Amino acid sequence: MSAVLGKPVDPGSPRSEDTAGPPEGWEAPREQWLSTAARPAFGPRSVLLEVVVRLLVPAILLLSIFMLVAGHDRPGGGFAGGLVASMAYVLRYVAGGRRELAAGIPMPPNALLALGLLVACCTAGLPLVFDHPILDTTKVTLTLPLFGEVKILSALAFEAGVYLIVVGLVLSVVAALGARMEAEEEEARAERRRRERRRRRNTGGQL
Amino acid sequence: MLLPYLIVSHAVVAVLVPWLVRAIGARAFLVASLPLAASAVWALTQSSDLLAGNEVTASVAWIPALGITLDFRLDALALTMVLLVSGVGTVIFCYGAAYFPARERALGRLVASMAVFAGAMLGVVTTDNLFALYVFWELTSVSSFLLIAHNDRKEHARRSAIQALIVTAGFGLLMLIGFVLLGHIGGTYRISALLAAPPVDSPWLPVALVLVLAGAFAKSAQAPLHFWLPAAMVAPTPVSAYLHAAAMVKGGVYLVARLAPGFADVDPWRALVLTAGLATMVIGGWRALRQDDLKLLLAYGTVSQLGFLTLLAGTGTHVAALATEGVLLAHGLFKSTLFLVVGIIDHKAGTRSISGLSGLWRRTPVLALASLAAAASMAGLPPLLGFVAKEAALAAYLPGHLGSLPRSAATLVLIGVVVASILTFAYSARFLWGAFADKETVAERRFPAPSAAFLAAPVVLSAAGLLLGVLPFLVDPIAQRYADAYTGASYHLELWHGLTPALGVSTLIVAAGVVMFIQRDRVARAQKALPRWPEAEAVYNLAIHGIFTVGLRVTRRAQSGSLPVYLGIILATMLALPGVRLLMAIIGQEVDYPQPSEGLRLWDNPLELVVALILIVTAVATVREHRRFPALILISAMGFGIAGLFVLHGAPDLALTVVLVETLATIILVFVLRRLPAVFPTRPDGWGKRLTALLCAAAGTFVAVSLWLMTHARTDAPVSRGFAERAEEAGGQNLVNMILADFRALDTFGEIVVLVTAAIAVASLVLLNRRDRVVEAPDADLDTTEEEAAPPGAPAAGAATASSTTQEASAAGSGSADTAPPDQESR
Repeated sequence: MSAVLGKPVDPGSPRSEDTAGPPEGWEAPREQWLSTAARPAFGPRSVLLEVVVRLLVPAILLLSIFMLVAGHDRPGGGFAGGLVASMAYVLRYVAGGRRELAAGIPMPPNALLALGLLVACCTAGLPLVFDHPILDTTKVTLTLPLFGEVKILSALAFEAGVYLIVVGLVLSVVAALGARMEAEEEEARAERRRRERRRRRNTGGQL
Repeated sequence: MLLPYLIVSHAVVAVLVPWLVRAIGARAFLVASLPLAASAVWALTQSSDLLAGNEVTASVAWIPALGITLDFRLDALALTMVLLVSGVGTVIFCYGAAYFPARERALGRLVASMAVFAGAMLGVVTTDNLFALYVFWELTSVSSFLLIAHNDRKEHARRSAIQALIVTAGFGLLMLIGFVLLGHIGGTYRISALLAAPPVDSPWLPVALVLVLAGAFAKSAQAPLHFWLPAAMVAPTPVSAYLHAAAMVKGGVYLVARLAPGFADVDPWRALVLTAGLATMVIGGWRALRQDDLKLLLAYGTVSQLGFLTLLAGTGTHVAALATEGVLLAHGLFKSTLFLVVGIIDHKAGTRSISGLSGLWRRTPVLALASLAAAASMAGLPPLLGFVAKEAALAAYLPGHLGSLPRSAATLVLIGVVVASILTFAYSARFLWGAFADKETVAERRFPAPSAAFLAAPVVLSAAGLLLGVLPFLVDPIAQRYADAYTGASYHLELWHGLTPALGVSTLIVAAGVVMFIQRDRVARAQKALPRWPEAEAVYNLAIHGIFTVGLRVTRRAQSGSLPVYLGIILATMLALPGVRLLMAIIGQEVDYPQPSEGLRLWDNPLELVVALILIVTAVATVREHRRFPALILISAMGFGIAGLFVLHGAPDLALTVVLVETLATIILVFVLRRLPAVFPTRPDGWGKRLTALLCAAAGTFVAVSLWLMTHARTDAPVSRGFAERAEEAGGQNLVNMILADFRALDTFGEIVVLVTAAIAVASLVLLNRRDRVVEAPDADLDTTEEEAAPPGAPAAGAATASSTTQEASAAGSGSADTAPPDQESR
């Protein structure tokens, strides 16, 4: 997840093969911690924020998955988990702007929504195939090597659908409200620059 | 019985055929024709069984709770229709394989829609349940919409398709109401049971019949609803030949013919059917004479013939029923032949305008012969099926075979039929002359010879009309079986009945028709001299325009765009309805107030007092705050305070959700706030402000008081009793989660659908904005190149239009700034 930020730096070039020393640029990091291309949604860049978000996002996503899975016995569930996960993406957006957000999400918000609804529909309808009432849940208890006894409810799949839909909804809203304004501001900036250039060109012609 | 599987096989083919089209082009039509051919062959194999008096039936339970079963029944009328739908359909599908070029746009959709249509039509004519009939009926409307709009880049095609859909499906809704009424008063939705014991005593029966007939008339293009059919001729020719000549438009006729044995004697039936049929016949024939486009000529001819068919089908006498069967078959054969001929001419000569064609009979004698046989059948000349059927039709209104038809009505109808038949003869002759004859004033066009496969379809259909005309005893037994529903003198579909009055009338028609054709210039002048009657389409356009205007006005009034006004309306409604009721209850002393002895207490935990104080302080501060950003922060603080209350009451799940939603909502509102001024506009002190304060105070008081009273107003045991044990049983310990994901999962399902809908609404705003930008796209491209050509000093972030990730595409334009975050609080 975190490797997508910017392009990884080319670790070395084939030119240096015949020399004995280490390849050129060997000490450069494989991954970029700060994306030079990204520009935050609002205001100046904050290195601290970018680094902290970088560190936090995987943890937040993991927490959201935990809330989803643990929801049957503890506070949490698909809705809360989805909100937490979307919070991670919103953080990423605040720190790095819309390009950063686009690089970070696994699929477009509409696809998330569709996938979520599909998962929920399938879970809802699947019991019908086995002659059970719609949305019927079953419990499976497995004994896994590392986790010991694990209980899985079929409602978990339904919750996963809810989770995906919540993430998709929040991302849609962010795209609509935040990113669009940002894009408009960029356009306004470009327009201003163009006008400036035209003015300069015109005066240059007169001179 | 095989029939349900046959219908399903159409749907299967429709799903698979788009891929096939990609592989083998228009030849996929041949594959798509297989289910049709199978249905036709199956129906033919059943015919001997049927003639012996056994009806073939099948039944599939669909919605048992509503008594809706998919009953299928093949009787004589259904057999005729199946032969038309599937038999003629097969030939037209084969023609389609030769008609369409391999690179035709959206060919897959076209073939699939045609297959769906064929299956739905098969369902319409064989089902025995009113609801199933309605569903199949609307399926044909929808597939017809898709087929008319095949050339969807033309505005004309789109408009015609919408017009056809609105007319047929709109009146179809009336028909549905009629079906429900009919089933309700009849006590069954089975058509055969209804016909066996029609509920003639019910005062609602006439209403039901009028509604059903409205739907049937719209489908069969009866005046004044006929205008959609000529407009639908923008569809490709095979579609026109199939839907708008052979199959779909016969749906209405079929329904009339199906119901006539039970209801023809109920009062408004005959008056409606005979009037509409006669008017349609004459109007269609008259307008067909005026057309220069061969296809439009045929379209108006079809309108005329549909009027004829409705008239016959609705008459409800023995001989008229025989004639209905005959004309159904004859019209299906000759009209689709002629459409296919026009398709070939259009393809090869590049025009189908009468004033642009000359001398074609020398180029394609085979085509000319096929057209001659078909047009002669249309005009009612022996020895073709059209003649046999028309003889029966004339006999039906001549004395001796009237049955329950009143004498005066029969005479009027006979005059109308004769006039319309003369017009029919004239436009049939005009078609032949216009398409094939030598015209002195028109130069001959290049006409490459059509391939044999292309020619085969019209020749086969035309020959079938000739064959059945010479051997009418092939049709007669089936027609007799349908007509058995009526008592009447024995009459047979035959070529030669002897010197009967009907033959005399026929001779008269032919003579008058010949005169009319020879004097065609004079007729044309007379038509031009007559004032044009108002077009029915104008009324349709006016209605659509009116709906738009009213909608626009209502929107303009109701949607002021001001959030305070919306909120005010919502709050005022809340106060006006439940609020006033509560006030009246309090005044009338109907309310029990909770007493301390019954568990009323100030707090469970003193900490609650602290949280409540925080809430009150933040609420007051929010109202007094003049800057937007601090106000937002105060509101979120209030939200967190409420979460604290939940925690104190032992509801960690609710608290968690509230905290998360508050956080997200705050962040998203911050995005919006950047665009708004830093402070709220100051409103002048006055009545407006006072009224707002009053409204808000009243709403708050109402909510508080009603909550306080409601907790005491419980009359039944709570639903949630026993949830805890059941949650354990279901396998979870978190009760809230188990309610959401299991006990009340259907509610949750509805909620996520709401969420998705809200997200789609947001996305549609994104799209809306992007469409504006597409118009400016060339300009934007220019800017980009300019940007790239600019000196490298320009910041890279300015290249707004350069890259295009999906996110950016959706970010490039989106909802307006005042879009509130949708439905954050739905949970």
